[in-house]
Amino acid sequence: MPTIGVKRDLLFEALGKKYTDDEFQDLCFAFGLELDEVTTEKQMLTKEQGDVAAAADASEEIIYRIDIPANRYDLLCLEGLVTGLRVFQGKVKPPKFDFVEPAQRQVLKIAPSTAQIRPFAVAAVLRNVTFTQDSYNSFIDLQDKLHQNICRKRTLVAIGTHDLDTIQGPFSYEALAPDQIKFVPLNQTRELNGIELMDFYATHAQLKQYLPIIRDSPVYPVIYDANRVVLSLPPIINGDHSKISLKTKNVFIECTATDLTKAKVVLDTIVCLFSEHCAQKFTVEPCDVVQTDGTSISYPELAVREERVSVKRANAYIGINEPANKLADMLTRMYLEAEVDAKDGDTLKVKIPPTRHDVIHACDIYEDIAIAFGYNNIKKSLPAFMQIAKQFPLNKLTEQLREQVAQAGFTEALTFTLCSRDDIGLKLNKDIEAMPAVHIGNPKTLEFQVVRTTLLPGLLKTLVANRKMPLPLKLFEISDVVLAAANSEVGARNERRLCAVNCNKSAGFEVVHGLLDRVMQLLSVPWKTGNANQGYYLQAAEDPTYFPGRCAHVMFNNAVIGKIGVLHPSVLQAFELTTPCSAVEFTIEPFV
Amino acid sequence: MHPDLTERILQHLDAVDKVDTLELATQFNVDHQKVVGALKSIQAHGDLVNAETATQKTLGLTDEGQSVVENGSHEAIVYGLVPAEGIPQAALMAAGGANAKVGFSKAMSQGWILLDKSVNPPLIRRKVDHIVDNVKEQLLLVVSGRAQLSARDVTDYKKRKLLQETTTKSFVLSKGPEFSTTLTKLETDLTMDMLTSGLWQQLKFKAYNFDALGATPTRGHLHPLLKVRTEFRQIFLEMGFSEMPTNNYVESSFWNFDALFQPQQHPARDAHDTFFINHPAQSHKFPQEYLQRVKAVHSKGGYGSLGYGYDWKLSEAQKNLLRTHTTAVSARMLFKLANQEGGFKPAKYFSIDKVFRNETLDATHLAEFHQVEGVIADVGLTLGDLIGTLYEFFRKLGITQLEFKPAYNPYTEPSMEIFCYHPGLAKWIEVGNSGVFRPEMLLPMGLPENVNVIAWGLSLERPTMIKYGINNIRDLVGPKVDLKMVEEGPICRLDHV
Repeated sequence: MPTIGVKRDLLFEALGKKYTDDEFQDLCFAFGLELDEVTTEKQMLTKEQGDVAAAADASEEIIYRIDIPANRYDLLCLEGLVTGLRVFQGKVKPPKFDFVEPAQRQVLKIAPSTAQIRPFAVAAVLRNVTFTQDSYNSFIDLQDKLHQNICRKRTLVAIGTHDLDTIQGPFSYEALAPDQIKFVPLNQTRELNGIELMDFYATHAQLKQYLPIIRDSPVYPVIYDANRVVLSLPPIINGDHSKISLKTKNVFIECTATDLTKAKVVLDTIVCLFSEHCAQKFTVEPCDVVQTDGTSISYPELAVREERVSVKRANAYIGINEPANKLADMLTRMYLEAEVDAKDGDTLKVKIPPTRHDVIHACDIYEDIAIAFGYNNIKKSLPAFMQIAKQFPLNKLTEQLREQVAQAGFTEALTFTLCSRDDIGLKLNKDIEAMPAVHIGNPKTLEFQVVRTTLLPGLLKTLVANRKMPLPLKLFEISDVVLAAANSEVGARNERRLCAVNCNKSAGFEVVHGLLDRVMQLLSVPWKTGNANQGYYLQAAEDPTYFPGRCAHVMFNNAVIGKIGVLHPSVLQAFELTTPCSAVEFTIEPFV
Repeated sequence: MHPDLTERILQHLDAVDKVDTLELATQFNVDHQKVVGALKSIQAHGDLVNAETATQKTLGLTDEGQSVVENGSHEAIVYGLVPAEGIPQAALMAAGGANAKVGFSKAMSQGWILLDKSVNPPLIRRKVDHIVDNVKEQLLLVVSGRAQLSARDVTDYKKRKLLQETTTKSFVLSKGPEFSTTLTKLETDLTMDMLTSGLWQQLKFKAYNFDALGATPTRGHLHPLLKVRTEFRQIFLEMGFSEMPTNNYVESSFWNFDALFQPQQHPARDAHDTFFINHPAQSHKFPQEYLQRVKAVHSKGGYGSLGYGYDWKLSEAQKNLLRTHTTAVSARMLFKLANQEGGFKPAKYFSIDKVFRNETLDATHLAEFHQVEGVIADVGLTLGDLIGTLYEFFRKLGITQLEFKPAYNPYTEPSMEIFCYHPGLAKWIEVGNSGVFRPEMLLPMGLPENVNVIAWGLSLERPTMIKYGINNIRDLVGPKVDLKMVEEGPICRLDHV
């Protein structure tokens, strides 16, 4: 969930009202926002960077940090937030956005070479903008928030904004070999080519994360003006030449993308939120973007879509019973202008503005009605049908056995499902490669390399962490291990196991054996004797985890279901245990 | 222990009512410690005697004091060494030995001797003809126990290290409630032998100390978090919810994300948030027609939706991962519900099982935790039904005040964060998420258009930590858990506030 920081006094001025922190928090809560923190620039610097020296000069103006839902891009800056809240409070109507046709449109031509790396581009112009320091900062911050969220860290979309008066259309979006691109990057003085640029920014705190998006590509995307001035090298950096400043009047906005839908949303969002600062408020100058096939598309789209929703369905979905005109009012407060269809009293005509790209289905409209109505005002009801509940049999058996094993004097542990390769391999004297283990591709630490194939390591770690406890320590766990299994749907399956260890001054094989006997007794499984077909028994086995001659397979109806034995001293040593242990581990699934 | 000593003490007490153990030691001519030992033995048999501690300070001679008693005080010795004709000081000191110096100055201050400087070398002469050695006399009295020394004298002799004060602890004995002149051995416990022989009727039993703790029962223990899991299961079962089979930690991206209408570029699908599996890396078995419908709704929309308008890739859906939520299982169950024989029937499902997130770990976040999930599917369910159900569910957890906040979730619309008022913490805290599953998730599964599905989820760990006041999740889950905490934990009664 993105968080934006806005100056409180600016916010209240724009909202036309001063709130207490609590009042503002309540307003946020009702609208689906969260006032995350009340702070100052000074506090943020001190807290986040511990930079007391820098903080000393920082402002002490109160800043509200507000959590914005991930789909509401239109609220990611002060301008959008204020409009959204004022509309929600019914103080203003949602703004309408208009195109102003210039004498000659700006043109951006997409070269076929861009298909190799970043095939889409859209553009727009904002005319006669007046920037203040605050609105300029907000403009930069908005681009950053969009980059971090909907643009997926610039992989899907990258935004470039330029002082149109410093450049000359038509513009050309191309993809060229890195060494052929030469320009002075934003806020630099030296000209770099594409290769030098990658080196130059390799250690840059913010920009280095974007380099891999294009670094290894044979061609880099680049936008030129008519005089071959570089506007930007998306998604890394703009050129210094066309940078915007407080004096900038006319802004050229380009978005390059690998996802066209997102590029259109981003462009719409920027122009909608910042056309507020144009001399002619809420107006935008369209641009022609010439596609590789020669056709030309006009951007931004700023499409207003009309959805028709049934009043009856909307009420039924939420569980309220409000008249059509009330629902229309509620939607209008949610930035979705609505009116009752003159011909059909059950139908609302809802206008989805270009700021509300998150509305893609009637259910999104229902939600906005519910929010405007107030979630906490909705009448509570209960589903009418009844159902005879069923437990999942494996879980039911697990619950019953847990209780019984604890009654037999064992204490339950709850250990981690993920562990290191060594935990199930080397430390147990086993070869990890020979195991049907599920391996994690992107572990952040050694603790999360594999999914456990045995419950034993977790119990041994619990023993070590509790060495101060008096002996004997008898632990158990009934939980799942995961085994790779080619024939299963996802190539792996869980197996529910019971594992118990006895840790004492002597290994005490008979203790875990006794537990096995008890569990089998509870499961009505007899000790197999002679030629009987049914029952459980122990069959001597060799396993490097266990002491030679002190290990057996647990057999049930002549199939191996687990192991029992005295742990090998090298295993104890690997887990830093100094007391002997015996263990039993077997699957309980045959007994469900 | 001298067997007779205990009885001698008791008999003596019978006659005198009150006696000090020191006095008994003198009288019986035995060491005081032995008397005390006998007393303990008597006390072990019951309340035969009352014993009050008493301390006595007695004066005794030091070794130096002893020599004074035998040989006279240092000053008297010095006086004795001075002949009538006098003696040079050096010779006197040599004759007087180690204590001559002390003796000389004391004899001088007593006025017994004088220093005659009229001759050369000066001589020590007697000043008086006769002396009385008071120090020796007084010390003799101390030895005989008849001393009546003034406090000043005592201080003075202590300073001169002639006397020392010793503190003796003793007991003043009197008859107790169970006084008897003979000792009967008290029995500690009723035994089988006593029952068989009938002897229990004659035996005396030792009084119990009801203030002591009982013996610890030998027992095993259930883990506190899993006790809470049991309680949650119970609540769902009481509410008529059937349990979902969640024993599949490895899941395909398809069921974990795509089936839930979570777009392939969604941040949750980042390697930063999700554990992807490189062995077995991919899943291949999907219900093909359903998969095509999912692909269509993501990329082109349908069912009244615009979709996300992007190029949906099978390869993304095939990627195996550790499930990030049990909602992946809910999706499987809903798909089954839509396609079961006889068609859709209303259903209530729940699950409580582990989920995995490749997140940054801190005091309250682990890479794996338990998710509690409830799902209801029926024709015409409303948001009001969800709110009503949540109130009933949380009431069973002892929570009665709820508030719902609008939220965003890719697969529910409307979405609500659940907040509850915690009287202990005196504030509103977020306890879970809920919502109505999107039609883009349900309709491709084949569920009828008028069926709505409401669902909610919360973690098992968070309410448990709040309930038991645990601040670090590692104190609750994993191998570092203190088994003492496990052993001492109460039973789980969530509605018992």
